[in-house]
Amino acid sequence: MNRVLPVLTVLLAIILIWYAAAFRLNLPWAERELERAEAEQSFSALFQNTMAQERPVLPAPHQVAVGLWDGLAGQKITSKRSLVWHGWVTLSATLAGFAIGTAAGILLAVGIVHSRAMDQSVMPWAIASQTVPILAIAPMVIVVMASIGVTGLLPKAIISAWLSFFPVLVGTVKGLRTPDAMQLDQMRSWNASAAQVFWRLRLPSSMPYLFASLKVAIAASLVGAIVGELPAGASAGLGARLLSGSYYGQTVQIWAALFTAAALAALLVIVIGWIERITLRRMGLER
Amino acid sequence: MTTALPIIAVWLGSWGLNAWLSRFDTRLTRVLVALIFGASLIVLWEMTVRAYDVPAVILPAPSQIAASFAENARTLWIDFVQTILKGALSGWLIGAAAAICTAIAIDRSPFLQRGLLPIGNFVAALPIVGIAPILVMWFGFDWQSKAAVVVVMVFFPILVNTIAGLAATDALQRDLIATWSAGYWQSLWKLRLPAALPFIFNGLKISTTLALIGAIVAEFFGSPTRGMGFRISTAVGQLDMPLVWAEIVVAALAGTAFYGIVALIEARLTFWHPSQRK
Repeated sequence: MNRVLPVLTVLLAIILIWYAAAFRLNLPWAERELERAEAEQSFSALFQNTMAQERPVLPAPHQVAVGLWDGLAGQKITSKRSLVWHGWVTLSATLAGFAIGTAAGILLAVGIVHSRAMDQSVMPWAIASQTVPILAIAPMVIVVMASIGVTGLLPKAIISAWLSFFPVLVGTVKGLRTPDAMQLDQMRSWNASAAQVFWRLRLPSSMPYLFASLKVAIAASLVGAIVGELPAGASAGLGARLLSGSYYGQTVQIWAALFTAAALAALLVIVIGWIERITLRRMGLER
Repeated sequence: MTTALPIIAVWLGSWGLNAWLSRFDTRLTRVLVALIFGASLIVLWEMTVRAYDVPAVILPAPSQIAASFAENARTLWIDFVQTILKGALSGWLIGAAAAICTAIAIDRSPFLQRGLLPIGNFVAALPIVGIAPILVMWFGFDWQSKAAVVVVMVFFPILVNTIAGLAATDALQRDLIATWSAGYWQSLWKLRLPAALPFIFNGLKISTTLALIGAIVAEFFGSPTRGMGFRISTAVGQLDMPLVWAEIVVAALAGTAFYGIVALIEARLTFWHPSQRK
């Protein structure tokens, strides 16, 4: 209760501010419309108009809710207007990219922990690669892949893999290095091979770090998948919904796609957190 | 097979050199190893493209990219000013200032802190770049809308980090400064803000790349006839890949420099922190 009440208060405040902002931003259009209809410009008439415009500058929360409900439940999920369908397109690219990025991140981390040459040569460039706004490459990756005949899921997955590999790499390197000298000495006194040290000591003790970075990585790969849908003018996916909404001034459509993306991100992070809890409990690492 | 031999030779050679150098583990060899690795990647790239006649549309050679860079220097500079200086940098400064001020205001109310922190954490994980089309509609096609996207994108990471940082002092330190009868502002300025600096800089560093991403992605939703996002999408349309890669080089250099400058300021301001010890 101590934590729910403040969160609910802040959420309520946000919704109230949103309504006020929607009224203010949609007001000029409402005034013009009523003037043209030569209707009386009373406050209630203006208010009603600002809350129910077809192409509002800022749609009111209930309009977005209606748009969301219509997109999620109002269509058959195979329909091209269904947000479930578009969400699935984005989700599949996200998951594919996340899998590739995680595998690459873990493999590189294992190499970095075991080879000093790799640590000194790969790590600085991995860090530098993240100061590059990699999304700038998104359109090029897609066009290049299309020119050699690869379209659809894979190009988007590569972009989201690129965004998700770095958090995994950093977290896993840190996690694999957590066993201190005493634990490593203990393993050596048991005459453990390098493989045994890795599987029995390093990997298990890296798990908490790995899961913390997986949560960051899955959110990042969703962003990658959405942005990967923007430049090539893709016709499917949440990014394509955003783009077509922006071309045709369908603000409600943009906001509905945005909320679907947000919900999807939250859902993915929750799922990872759930797997994390089960895994750590089984390993007896849960605090 | 014969074309692949020199490529493999260069790879093995540079790797062997690195493996040998990395055993010394001094400051100089660390820099050398990183540089040799980067240089060998570029050489391998150039050799592969030439040996297998990879069309420039798929992957231009580094030399072609460098030529395009020199040829289009003027255009690249105009795009750099439009996207990085006007869009990303101004948005980053406004967003950071707003986030730090908001964090200080929220810090005075434990109720708001408990309410806003979970929501802030949540929003920081969302694909905020999606609001770009909305903000482009509101603020027009020019750099103002890109700056607005950047402001929103960098706001929450910096906010969450600053709030965490302001809570970083322990009771003992706060009691000590209270016994010196310091007021709220004195304790904020002399104790809590300095103690929060490592956290604030963490947020600032994370958001440098976010700022560039925001500014470039927002240009896909409409821009004047300059800017890096605009240039990339039109050059892709004309299959002018060397120019696209030249833009990417600019973005990479700008991103690295941006991050480096923030990290440098951090090192100067938080020299007392354990993570800065050599």
